[in-house]
Amino acid sequence: MTTRYSKDHEYVRLDGETATVGITDYAQEQLGDVVFVELPEIGKTFAKGDDAAVVESVKAASEVYAPLAGEVVAINPELEAAPGTINEDPTGKGWFFKMKLADPAEFESLMSESDYQDFLKSIG
Amino acid sequence: MAGQSNDDLPLRTPLYERHVALGARMAPFAGYDMPIQYGKGILHEHLHTRASAGLFDVSHMGQALLVGPDHRTTAAALETLVPADIAGLGLGRQRYTQFLNEQGGILDDLMVSRGPDPADDGKLVLVVNAGCKEADYVHLDLNLPDGVKLERRDDKALLALQGPQAVAVLARYDEAATAMGFMTVASLTIGGIPVFVSRSGYTGEDGFEISVANSDAVALWDLLLSNPEVEPVGLGARDSLRLEAGLCLYGHDINQETSPVEAGLTWSIQKRRRTDGGFPGYRRIMRELAEGTLRQRVGIQPQGRAPAREGTEIMDMNGELIGEVTSGGFGPTAEGPIAMGYVARDFAGVGTDVQLSVRGKLLPASLVPLPFVAHRYKR
Repeated sequence: MTTRYSKDHEYVRLDGETATVGITDYAQEQLGDVVFVELPEIGKTFAKGDDAAVVESVKAASEVYAPLAGEVVAINPELEAAPGTINEDPTGKGWFFKMKLADPAEFESLMSESDYQDFLKSIG
Repeated sequence: MAGQSNDDLPLRTPLYERHVALGARMAPFAGYDMPIQYGKGILHEHLHTRASAGLFDVSHMGQALLVGPDHRTTAAALETLVPADIAGLGLGRQRYTQFLNEQGGILDDLMVSRGPDPADDGKLVLVVNAGCKEADYVHLDLNLPDGVKLERRDDKALLALQGPQAVAVLARYDEAATAMGFMTVASLTIGGIPVFVSRSGYTGEDGFEISVANSDAVALWDLLLSNPEVEPVGLGARDSLRLEAGLCLYGHDINQETSPVEAGLTWSIQKRRRTDGGFPGYRRIMRELAEGTLRQRVGIQPQGRAPAREGTEIMDMNGELIGEVTSGGFGPTAEGPIAMGYVARDFAGVGTDVQLSVRGKLLPASLVPLPFVAHRYKR
């Protein structure tokens, strides 16, 4: 399993053809306390960059974009009742949805862990 | 509410360095660089305020004095701009009111108090919104009669200590805090620092707003924070607290188009003013009091978990547009989404089922009485 990152602070963890998508620790820290999540329906297909989910903090709503093209094959059932899981464990229990990637080769276009760490430094 | 500062740099309150040292997330608000939240986050700060005591820096708000020869003269001058009974304001009392325009729309909302000391006869203390203060001061300068002067008190900071433990904390320094009633004011001494205090606030809880010299603000902040009950609270939780308490935020729930009657603030227009008038927009307000308004501010309870934010359209059950959300979010004490907004008069009854247009979906909601969380003021 390899994890890569988008500039919108999503992570994509690839296991075979299935990618688990969530938001990074940096993103949850920026959002603050998450109080609501709207997840996509299973079977929905996304082009890269489509609105895929909504995450809301006390203050504001933010879109989560599809980091890659693909079809939603699973959503995290825990988040509706416990959206705070995204703050507590963003890269573990706080995952959003799983996708079957339209083009697994596209995965390589995302940032590696070290590239993402450099990106975070660059935005201060 | 668009804030303005005189140049591109945001202004800082005397407590700026303290906020940064406490790890606050700072953001521009009404021209000031203000703490939105501290390290523990908005939910924690909100719940802590309701359970114990939260300390807020609200020094961005405008503090000013009106100074005239006697109470009657100063009160009469202010009454030409606001619909509250100021003449009848007793020594040591505070009142909420609004500056109105000629159409009865709200230019700003404010607190007016009259000090307890008869030697201060003729002085009224004003606290106005940060984003409106420059315009308010121009408005006052243009409209005050000869003999009543506006004195800006930019030399003063303002702290709010809010929550059920606030009184116990203040009483540790000055026992006189205990006896103060809701919406009264007094001069206290806290750890040797002279302050002017009102027993009021913007959270729905018992608490105090504390006016202090800029030069003493850091010492007072540190002293109050040294109490185990007290934690710092930012503007994020200030907003969720006031929303649960059903209190209006200027520029959102009230503005130059809304009248106090539409906004459900009729309680702040005392009987003599309704009878005698003499304030801007009197005709509209009298008509609305007699015949009702076209729209009314209401509480809105979404039935699901999705918050409905400011600007969300409100539909009737046939899908017809009937109004708009003016403040909406998540209530940490209400433990769910809550909102306020305006709906057309025929729909404004408590219990009405409505729909909220959120991201293209119509979500069920109902109109509910305000506040969402019962006020716990000192009575």
